[in-house]
Amino acid sequence: MRRYFGRKLLIYGLTFFMAVTVNWLVPRLMPGDPVASMLARARVAQPEAQEALRVYYNNLFGFDLPWWQQYLNSWGSLFRGDFGISLWAFPTPVADLLTRAVPYSLALLVPSILLSWVVGNRLGALAARRKVLDNTVLPVSYVLTATPYLWLAALMAWGFGVVWGIFPVAGGYSFSMTPSFTWDFFVDLFWHWLLPFSSLFLVALGGWAIGMRNVIIYELESDYANYMSALGAPQKLIRRYAFRNAVLPQITGLALQLGVLVAGALVTEIVFSYPGLGSLILAAIQNKDFFLLQGAFLFIVLGVLIANFIIDVVYVIVDPRTRVGMVGAAA
Amino acid sequence: MTLEVDDLRVYYRTLKGDVQALDGVSFGLRDGEILGLAGESGCGKTTLGKALIRLDGRMKHVGGSVTLDGQVLPIGEDAKMNPYRFKQVSLIPQYSMSAMNPTRKIGRMVRELLESRREKLDLDELHQRLELVELPKDVLGKYPIELSGGMKQRMVMVISTLLNPSLLIADEITSALDVSTQKAVVTTLKGFRDRGFVKSMIFITHDISLTNQLADTIMVMYAGKLAEKAPASTVVNAPKHPYTQLLISSLPEVGVRYADKRLTGIPGNPPSLLKPEPGCRFRARCPLAFEKCAEDPPPVEVEKDHVVACWKAA
Ligand SMILES: Nc1ncnc2c1ncn2[C@@H]1O[C@H](COP(=O)(O)OP(=O)(O)OP(=O)(O)O)[C@@H](O)[C@H]1O
Ligand code: SF4
Ligand SMILES: [Mg+2]
Repeated sequence: MRRYFGRKLLIYGLTFFMAVTVNWLVPRLMPGDPVASMLARARVAQPEAQEALRVYYNNLFGFDLPWWQQYLNSWGSLFRGDFGISLWAFPTPVADLLTRAVPYSLALLVPSILLSWVVGNRLGALAARRKVLDNTVLPVSYVLTATPYLWLAALMAWGFGVVWGIFPVAGGYSFSMTPSFTWDFFVDLFWHWLLPFSSLFLVALGGWAIGMRNVIIYELESDYANYMSALGAPQKLIRRYAFRNAVLPQITGLALQLGVLVAGALVTEIVFSYPGLGSLILAAIQNKDFFLLQGAFLFIVLGVLIANFIIDVVYVIVDPRTRVGMVGAAA
Repeated sequence: MTLEVDDLRVYYRTLKGDVQALDGVSFGLRDGEILGLAGESGCGKTTLGKALIRLDGRMKHVGGSVTLDGQVLPIGEDAKMNPYRFKQVSLIPQYSMSAMNPTRKIGRMVRELLESRREKLDLDELHQRLELVELPKDVLGKYPIELSGGMKQRMVMVISTLLNPSLLIADEITSALDVSTQKAVVTTLKGFRDRGFVKSMIFITHDISLTNQLADTIMVMYAGKLAEKAPASTVVNAPKHPYTQLLISSLPEVGVRYADKRLTGIPGNPPSLLKPEPGCRFRARCPLAFEKCAEDPPPVEVEKDHVVACWKAA
């Protein structure tokens, strides 16, 4: 068991190392000079002043150092939790921007992923049981999974927000509000959250339902299900076993889908101008903000890796076969 | 009589029409009797076995009846059949290796299975039976993958017979085993019968020599019909049906494993069961065939307990 997790951790560590390196590399290979573009925005007239500013910025961000020094420094600051200073929101530290955005992203992601998984699985299991449900759940699910995140989000924002005006279409809370621990503020927060959450929830739902339905049908044809039927076990018990066993591949599916789900959430945030990491990334790209981009990607990679590790652990707890295999290997 | 099967017909529904896989088979089984069911691949052995406990979705009960311990079994109605399963009729499946839910500890699975049938788990009895098949008690705390193939099979044999069914059906349970394990399985099954765990048994196999070690009676089927049924020694030493005769003469010495050869010693193939022509179904391959064989030969009891369906034998 320890060896299994040791190996897993090593793989995750390597992934993280690669991610940090690529992350460091990519913005530096992007066309355009961020300092120049920032200076352009500063609109400094005299050439001497401009030169002075350039030196100042280059110093601040470390662009005048040799590349390997920059690379090592980036690791150093990473461990200090220092992600540099944002060019876009200068002089706010990237870490501050990220910690402000992450709660919004998590508030969208965690409930939408977990709820769509749970509800989708239930729905799929029901569909596998009843013909009528199957004939409705299945086509709807196919439509939902085939829907691009961007499209459904835009459609919902347009329909519920613009046309019917039921929901706000931008921001994490109303501009007129100041964040506070009041009932009104939470209601406002919830109201802004509902639409992006629903669109994420809906797109993901269909896939889980289809997957569960198919796996359950397969499980119900399996040998143990046939044996139990031959011994007159009630359908209830057989379905319970089938559901339980069908959940296992769905957990693996969750781990595999995590990246897609996160990407979908980022897009959704942008559509709804939701103040999470997605919107930050958009701003970073538009403003060639290296540090912000790096920081945001790093947070996401770290988040996905942690989530994957949690899923690994859950899988081992839920599937006795992996556990037994590990004990066997150790003995 | 424990079991009486009368003119049983079970067809498979297919797009091309009904496959008449079991077409009017009648036989009886006494208390304590073990019936070996033999015949070449596709003759309807599995269909008969399934018909007695659980028809699958494509099977259709077309006619005939099954009476077990004086009660007519509602074999065509899945839900109504449930109360009889496990308690009156039980099954050792061919797929013993995968018959147990892989994610449940065996003991818990057995308990849940029994509870679902409103039966109390008699742990002492279970332990005794495990000991009988030489399984340690602690298998109950294990998952199926922790058992070897042979252990799984013995475990399934114990589970299937736990409620002392009147009739036990064992379909090809030895095909995947080596000879010494086959012998052990046969001995165990005999032991179950002798101790009264099961009243009577239908043992399906390709392997007549193995059947001969276990069965009191052997029934040979051909293309969905009964060809010959007689005490095991009669079938092996003095068969009357031309098909049985060919079958027996094509066997290597008794005891030698030939299951892989699958009774292919007889030239020709069995007829299609989709729309079989009237008359004896063995006609095309029968060396003794004559005009009369264009009519269906009825099963006739040529001597006590010896039934043959052949115009030449009657
Ligand atoms: N699902 C099905 N649909 C259509 N025909 C079927 C189906 N299952 C079996 N059959 C046909 O029914 C006949 C009897 O099949 P069955 O499985 O009972 O044979 P068997 O004697 O058990 O053969 P084996 O020794 O190979 O196990 C065969 O001709 C087979 O082709
Ligand atoms: S009835 Fe005729 S064809 Fe059929 S087995 Fe007897 S002799 Fe052969
Ligand atoms: Mg068969």
